[in-house]
Formats: sequence, C-alpha cells, structure tokens
Amino acid sequence: MSARFSRAGTQNIALALCAPVLFLIFWHFSTSGRAFSLIPPPLDVGKQLWDLAFGGVWDDLYSGTLLEHAVASVSRVYGGFLLAAACALPLGMLIGRVALVRAALDPTLQLMRPIPVTAWLPLAMIVFGIGPTSAFFLVFLGAFYPILVNTIFGVRNVEPRLFEAAVMLGVSPSALFWKVVLPASLPSIFTGLRLGLGFAWVVIVVGEMTGVQTGLGAIIMEARQLSRTEIVISGMITIGLLGYISDYLVQLLGKRLLRWSPQHG
Amino acid sequence: MADPLNILDITHVTKRFDFQDTKIVALSDASLEIRKGEFVCLIGPSGCGKSTLLRMIGGFETPSEGRLAMWDTPIGAPGPDRGMVFQDYGLFPWLTVSKNVGFGPAARGRPSAEVAETTKRFVDMVGLTRFADAYPHQLSGGMKQRVAIARVLANEAEIVLMDEPFGALDAMTRENLQQELLEIWKRTKLTVIFVTHAIEEAILLADRIVVMSPGPGRIVADERVELPRPRDPTDPDFNALRRHFSGMLGHH
Ligand SMILES: Nc1ncnc2c1ncn2[C@@H]1O[C@H](COP(=O)(O)OP(=O)(O)O)[C@@H](O)[C@H]1O
Ligand SMILES: [Mg+2]
Repeated sequence: MSARFSRAGTQNIALALCAPVLFLIFWHFSTSGRAFSLIPPPLDVGKQLWDLAFGGVWDDLYSGTLLEHAVASVSRVYGGFLLAAACALPLGMLIGRVALVRAALDPTLQLMRPIPVTAWLPLAMIVFGIGPTSAFFLVFLGAFYPILVNTIFGVRNVEPRLFEAAVMLGVSPSALFWKVVLPASLPSIFTGLRLGLGFAWVVIVVGEMTGVQTGLGAIIMEARQLSRTEIVISGMITIGLLGYISDYLVQLLGKRLLRWSPQHG
Repeated sequence: MADPLNILDITHVTKRFDFQDTKIVALSDASLEIRKGEFVCLIGPSGCGKSTLLRMIGGFETPSEGRLAMWDTPIGAPGPDRGMVFQDYGLFPWLTVSKNVGFGPAARGRPSAEVAETTKRFVDMVGLTRFADAYPHQLSGGMKQRVAIARVLANEAEIVLMDEPFGALDAMTRENLQQELLEIWKRTKLTVIFVTHAIEEAILLADRIVVMSPGPGRIVADERVELPRPRDPTDPDFNALRRHFSGMLGHH
C-alpha cells in the first residue's frame, strides 16, 4: 500500500512540476538579457526573494522583512477566517434547520452575496478607517459566504432515513442535531471551511490595500508604486506558497476527521 | 378485549396519503393479530401497502383510521422496542461497525462497559468481528445489512420490522442471511415482521404468511405455514405451497 502510494506520489510530483518548470524556462528566455524588459527575469526575482527573506543582497528598506509581512498577513487571514467561521457556522446551522430563521435571514443574505468583496472596500475604509481593521473585515467577508452556503447545504441535505434510524434506536428529538445533523453535514461544512480559507487568501491583498503598513498585500502595493516589480512578484510567490501550505494542512485535517467519507478518506 | 398473548393488535387500520390533490388509499381496513415470537411475512405485489403497514407499526406513519397497539398500548412515535431494518440499510456512515451497533444503547445512556459488551456480542453474532472497526462504505451490501440487524438486536428490540431487507442482495448472500436470520430468531425468540415480494423467501422463513393485494392495498389472506423446519425449497410440499401462493397472487 505505502510502496504503491510513494511510487504514484513521486510520479505525480514529477508531473505537477512540469508546468511550473516550463513556465520558468519561458519566462527566463523572454525576459533575460533584454535591456528594457518591464518584467524582471526569474533569477532577479529569486535574488530579490532571497533578500526579502534573509537580507544580505541589497540591504535596503525591504531586506529581511518577509517574515514580518508574512506573519501580518497570516494572522489577518486566520483571524478573519476564524471570525467568519465563528459567525457563519452557527448562522448556517440555524438557517438550514430552523424555518423561521431561514425565512427571516436567508433572502437578505442571498441578496448581499453577489456583492464582490472588492466593492466593500470603500465602505470598509469609511466605517473602519484606514488600517488593519478594514483588511480584517474584508478577509472576514471573503471567507464568510462559502462557509455559510456550504453549512446550510450540509445541514439541509441530511438523508431523511438517518433521522428515522436514529429515532427508531432511541435518540430523543432534541439530541438529533448532535447525533445526526452535525456529523452527517461535516463533509459539506468542511468543504465550506476549505473554500472559505482559500477566499481569505484571495482577498488578503485587496484587504491590505487599505493603507496598512505591513502585510504581503501592503508591500506588493508599495513596490508597485516604486516600480520594484521583483518585489511585487516575490510577494505574489509568497502568497501562493502560504495559501498552498495552508490548504494542504486543512486537507490533512480533513482526511483525519472524515476518514469515514468516501469523498474525503 | 384484545388477547393478552398478542404482542401486536392491528384493528381496522386504513391509511390515506394526500398526493397531488388526490387521496391515495395505501391501506384499507387492515386487521391483524400477531403473537410474541411469531415470524410473519407480508407478501404482495408492489404498491399493495406492505411498507405502509410496516411503517405504521414502526411509528413512522400514523393511521388515518383504526388502531395499532403493542401489548395493548397504542403505538406512538418510533422507539427501540420496534427495531426497523431498512432495505437501504440506514447505517450512520460516520460510525464504524461497532459504533453503529452500539449506537442505540449509547444513545439511551447505558453505561459504557455495558455498551461495549453488548456491541461485541452482537457484532460477533452477525459474524463481523474482523470488520468491527470498518466504516459502512467499506462493506458489501450483505455486511451492511448484518450491521443493520445487529444494531436493532443490540438495542433490545422486541419486534424486528424488516422491509425487503435482502431485496438488494445477490442470491448467495441472500440465502446466507436468511439462514442466519432464522438462527438468530430461534435463539432470541424475537417477533419478526418481514416484508418481501418473493414467495419462496416467505415460505422459507415464515410461521405465517399474510398476502396483500393492491388497489386499494388490503389483506386478502392470512395462512400458517405448517412445514417442519429446517425447510427445503426442493421438497414437494414446499413446491405445492409455492404454487398455492403464486396462484393466489396471480389472481389478484
Ligand atoms: N408518503 C407517501 N405519499 C403518497 N403516497 C404514498 C406514500 N407512501 C406510499 N404511498 C402510496 O401508497 C401505496 C402503497 O405503497 P407502499 O406501502 O410503499 O407499497 P409496497 O411497499 O407494498 O410496495 C402506493 O400506491 C404508494 O404510491
Ligand atoms: Mg415497499
């Protein structure tokens, strides 16, 4: 089992690396050696990324600051995400299971859902001012709806047979939620959390455009104004990697918690 | 006055469903008395109200008219005394075989040592010891149905209601499970009400066969099967009974 897994794993890793390697080659040959390329070649970006992370190359204002910016972004992503989960999970369960709450709240929430997170930016800056609170709010919004929608879907689509089985085995109606609804909807809820966390990473750059001093989004915007395109790309790469790692960890967690589910286990 | 030996009294029960502005009579004026320990098969073509009758005994539906009583007490909501085995199993996919079997006792607040002991006994009884820690999606249909049977037995069901439990299984698995069910029934003195549309299955299993007919669903015959057990489907008497019941079903 594990031998087969590792061979297939190696093969998959090799396949997965094809596209980025080809892209790097393409990028290299279309940019390096040209005097007036607007896009810096990959080696320059690599050097910049190293300097951002550890310093010692340019020794300017940005050298060695990557960790600080990454920590700022990660804490906003997870802070906004956790707050979104704390609101969207109970709300989604109530909307999904209580007709009265659904009738009262669902239309409003569905009406607000198509409004893109970016459209909230000016309003967020008016309400929360220029600074990290606005960024936090936008991340919260970005993560909120995927969690809400999937939670509602999960708790509404429990197989009716499972309620019959539980009641027949002696579960009291008040315990049905914990004994049946919650575990049965866990796969959907988990999908919502995973999508929500993904969106949190997507909106972090927008969120940090609101004039915060630190954060990967902040240095990307700042570097753009200074025409330091290598820093812009370095920031992009860092966000991509961090988002990837964070999704990977969530998936690992899902594999453990949802071992019973053919889609996850 | 109901016979005190009857575990189940069904008197003049009619069930109507509202369906797209019309009323469907799923079951019309059905009466049935069942004694403790009896193995009763309900047979009849599709749509004759077998599931409806079983679900009313289970407490999942309420009768439109008439009375259903267990030990002379009207049947209310579903409960552990009437264990239901569904054709589609109805197992909890997030629980292992053991946890599914122990679900009822645990839900009813039994001490955990007792739950563990009961679980083990019934998992062993249905031959799933090696699969105790497997999840339902890792099991075959026959194994899933064994879990479903074990879980109502572990929950001290007095009546086991089975709605075409082996209908989705292949012939070999079905035969094995029929034999195992008979073994369990002999040992536990359970009352079993078993819905099937297979005549041979009914003759093989039942003390009594209740024949139903559609349009509207009703009981048309109620006969004892006097063949000695274990029964042999190749036996001439078995065959005679098979012809008898298929004639009855063909003419309705
Ligand atoms: N929930 C329901 N709503 C409307 N009609 C129903 C419902 N359940 C059963 N019926 C109807 O009642 C009749 C008897 O159904 P059922 O008891 O399932 O028969 P059987 O199990 O013998 O095939 C059928 O005509 C069926 O369509
Ligand atoms: Mg049926």
